[in-house]
Amino acid sequence: MSTLLGYRRAAQGIDPPYDHADYVSTHKRAPRHAPIRIAHTLSEITGPRLGAELVGPGDADLTRFAGGEALGERIIVTGRVLDEDGRPVRGALIELWQANSSGRYAHDIDQHEAPLDPHFSGVGRVATSADGAYRFATIKPAAYPWKNHHNAWRPAHIHFSLFGPGFATRLITQMYFPGDPLLKLDPIYHSVPDPAARERLVCAFDIETTVPERALGYRFDIVLRGRDATPMEA
Amino acid sequence: MKRPLTPSQTIGPFFHRALLHEGWNDLAARGAAGERVVIEGRVLDGDGVPVSDAMIETWQANAAGSYDHPEDRQERDGQEKPLESDFHGFGRTATSTDGSFGLRTIKPGPVRPVPGGGDATQAPHINLSVFARGLLKRLVTRIYFPDEPLNEADPLLSMLPTSRRATLIARAVRGGAAERVLHFDIVLQGDNETVFLDV
Repeated sequence: MSTLLGYRRAAQGIDPPYDHADYVSTHKRAPRHAPIRIAHTLSEITGPRLGAELVGPGDADLTRFAGGEALGERIIVTGRVLDEDGRPVRGALIELWQANSSGRYAHDIDQHEAPLDPHFSGVGRVATSADGAYRFATIKPAAYPWKNHHNAWRPAHIHFSLFGPGFATRLITQMYFPGDPLLKLDPIYHSVPDPAARERLVCAFDIETTVPERALGYRFDIVLRGRDATPMEA
Repeated sequence: MKRPLTPSQTIGPFFHRALLHEGWNDLAARGAAGERVVIEGRVLDGDGVPVSDAMIETWQANAAGSYDHPEDRQERDGQEKPLESDFHGFGRTATSTDGSFGLRTIKPGPVRPVPGGGDATQAPHINLSVFARGLLKRLVTRIYFPDEPLNEADPLLSMLPTSRRATLIARAVRGGAAERVLHFDIVLQGDNETVFLDV
């Protein structure tokens, strides 16, 4: 007989609800039935192992694209990916995407009347090191309008996609910037019920990460679910 | 030291260039063993309107029921459920403007018993995540296979009311010598709402 360790459940208030009144797109997309809680099996404990083999040269530097330098404020974003017990999540792929310094995505469906930058794709990849650390260079994204309500603007943000060790630890989230006045008005940011959990989505300016004459530095740590303390019999 | 979790946020509508890659919707492209299946379906919202900006991810065992992951090593040690170098079990695609998606894969084998759940083997299934604008966190469900005798005793299917169980079982559309085509709609809300799982 062997044992399997499941993953811990998120405490109340950390993850957003599916139906969030102030975010209009949730209204027709949120299920009416509560999701059915299941004990973790091999199906949830295992998961795809995507890592450094998917990261090509230059993938962690979004400041250059198609032979030229992107416009805007260069920044470095760095941090560690850990589990709830502080263990590093090693060799994990992080996929990134963001708007450019004018608030425009290089994407067909983005019709915001702000200029595209031929030297900025807004797409990046990086893998964590043995101590869970990652680092990439990019351009600070700008805010952009959206149609959720009158005069609605998304605060500047970078999308992060991560797997962690199992299907149960999959996470897609957004990183915001400190001091952004739009944060207090943003229904997506405010969908996280617990204010302390919400603030964990905001990176911190870091002078140690800042590269002299080159780029401001920000730190953003990501914490994925940890393992249950008690093994289940299998 | 206990560290607090990072919350989920929506994938939004602009993920395609960052997350979609050629071939990630064809898990059976290389020489994996097993029955070829094509899963076709649509993602629909509470008004029955196609969801044209969803990302679908799948995770499954190979034809022998083995996940390509170090924690599924028990079977491998005995060589009863060998891994294959040409099958890793992960798929990713997005819906089109009409809400449709498609994946080619192989039918997985049965997955070993649920921990603490007695000795019931899990019927062959594909684990599936849906991400979309308007979903602040992913939705998780499973695709089970039609005409599968193990469905009867599957621990998850058995705990669902009959009326909702059918939402997790793909419908056979057409068969063929080379591959079988199955249909699996994902209804986010309303009548025939798909059963979603809190994992």
